[in-house]
Amino acid sequence: MSEFLISITPMNWLLDPLTHDFMRRALMVSALVGGVCGLLSCYMTLKGWALMGDAVSHAVMPGVVVAYALGLPFSLGAFVFGVGSVALIGFVKQKSRIKEDTVIGLVFTGFFALGLVLVSKIKSNIDLMQILFGSPLGISRADVNQTLIISFIVISILLVFRKDLMLYCFDAKHARSIGINTGILHYLLLTLLSLSAVVGLQTVGIILVVAMLITPGATAYLLTDRFDQMTLLAVASSAFSSILGVYISYWSDIETGGSIVLVQTLIFLIAFLFAPRYGILKNQIYINNN
Amino acid sequence: MNPIFKSHEKDFMRIEAEQVCVDYNGTVALYDASLNLKAGSICGLVGMNGAGKSTFFKALMGFVRPSRGKISINGMKVHQAQKEQSVAYVPQNEGIDYSFPVSVWDVVMMGRYGSMNIFRIPRESDRRAVVHALERVDLLDLRERPIGSLSGGQRKRAFLARAIAQRASVLLLDEPFSGVDVPTEKLMAELFLQFRQEGHTILISTHDLNHVRDFCDFVVLINKTVLAYGETSEVFTSENLNKTFGGIPPNPLSAPASSKDFVNE
Repeated sequence: MSEFLISITPMNWLLDPLTHDFMRRALMVSALVGGVCGLLSCYMTLKGWALMGDAVSHAVMPGVVVAYALGLPFSLGAFVFGVGSVALIGFVKQKSRIKEDTVIGLVFTGFFALGLVLVSKIKSNIDLMQILFGSPLGISRADVNQTLIISFIVISILLVFRKDLMLYCFDAKHARSIGINTGILHYLLLTLLSLSAVVGLQTVGIILVVAMLITPGATAYLLTDRFDQMTLLAVASSAFSSILGVYISYWSDIETGGSIVLVQTLIFLIAFLFAPRYGILKNQIYINNN
Repeated sequence: MNPIFKSHEKDFMRIEAEQVCVDYNGTVALYDASLNLKAGSICGLVGMNGAGKSTFFKALMGFVRPSRGKISINGMKVHQAQKEQSVAYVPQNEGIDYSFPVSVWDVVMMGRYGSMNIFRIPRESDRRAVVHALERVDLLDLRERPIGSLSGGQRKRAFLARAIAQRASVLLLDEPFSGVDVPTEKLMAELFLQFRQEGHTILISTHDLNHVRDFCDFVVLINKTVLAYGETSEVFTSENLNKTFGGIPPNPLSAPASSKDFVNE
């Protein structure tokens, strides 16, 4: 890769991919999806819903397959199964003595397995690899439109309810005590999670969507003590990782989803080591000086 | 039903609970609990752990639905009173994540959310309410600090400020004195007396009888139901306390000498 890089200038490295229609589309969609998932990831990490994010993103699998088979927009099927899995988790938890994390694990693996079985049984031109690992470079115009619409919905709802959802994550009891309907907020957040998982699997696929839903939030959480700053940092780092991931994937011909998530993980590692207040090296210096 | 109020003018009641029963899946946690509190009074809710103190609080805040009975706050249903910001609740805060990225200012501002429009954008009046509340609990200088960097007593004060900022006429405080330092305890006790002066109605749950003695006008002794209720000097007898705590006095207060001191005060 290095000798390859020497032969092109940084300018070319940035501009060449933009001459391709598919790359412009991939970069636009990836940045948007990164931003949306980055925004939501703040709420997921603060509420402690990482496992829930994993569950919902896996549980959409059969929905995607069924939607493809029926010729419906895949996001519709994914959304129905995402919300369905959440409802089922709530139901099983309420009606049995099983602990929540067990129920979550049970339900999402069941849904995911159903998806795998359906893929092998329903004869269609579904590309399993595309569902599992995403393919932003091969995204169709119809899929771009779906992504735009869903992203718009998620961003609008998060902008309107960001304070209420933040309060719900911080202190649901207080929210209730001032007359806010926390039941609605709970399901609103779960709905947003399902929608974000749907757009996220466009770029990184079902398996890695959960990274989009937690890593940017976790990185930002290490960098600031302010909620608003945290959301901005998460969105910025997530969109940046997505764009850089797509570029790297283009130039070095590596799998795009993996590339995006790996960049995110690297940014997290940098924050983990060097964050001004919460990085581990900061603590090290502090200990050595005392 | 409560003789104390018969002598007073017929003011409308701030808190009215009538024969409230709460059960959790068939297990009775509270039965026939009644309570009437008027404006400008402080009432202590005293009982052992598991006596139904927090259940009573939860019922008053609408967190649990009573299986029987009626509760109203300022003459309204609980939910309505909450929407009107008539009642503020200061919980014990065991469940709070103190590494949450919010400042003291942000936390106190949360007390104003119910009065704001849907976007929760603070107006000048909201900011003034927050400044005022922070001044009263002596935290204005620390307003920019992350909530997690405060000491235990300061945290308690921050959550009290949030309730003050709400500007509610009724305040419910769940064990406000547990785990606070002495300066905070003094500051809070003084604040409660000021609130009473301003016409607030305050219900405090506590198992520290000294606090009840110091500033509660009324006391409710509770063990699954209201055992005794009335003016502190009348209700706070060794006999009643023994009943409440099942014959085991919780602290020296119920020993003859000190309890006498207290009653005479």
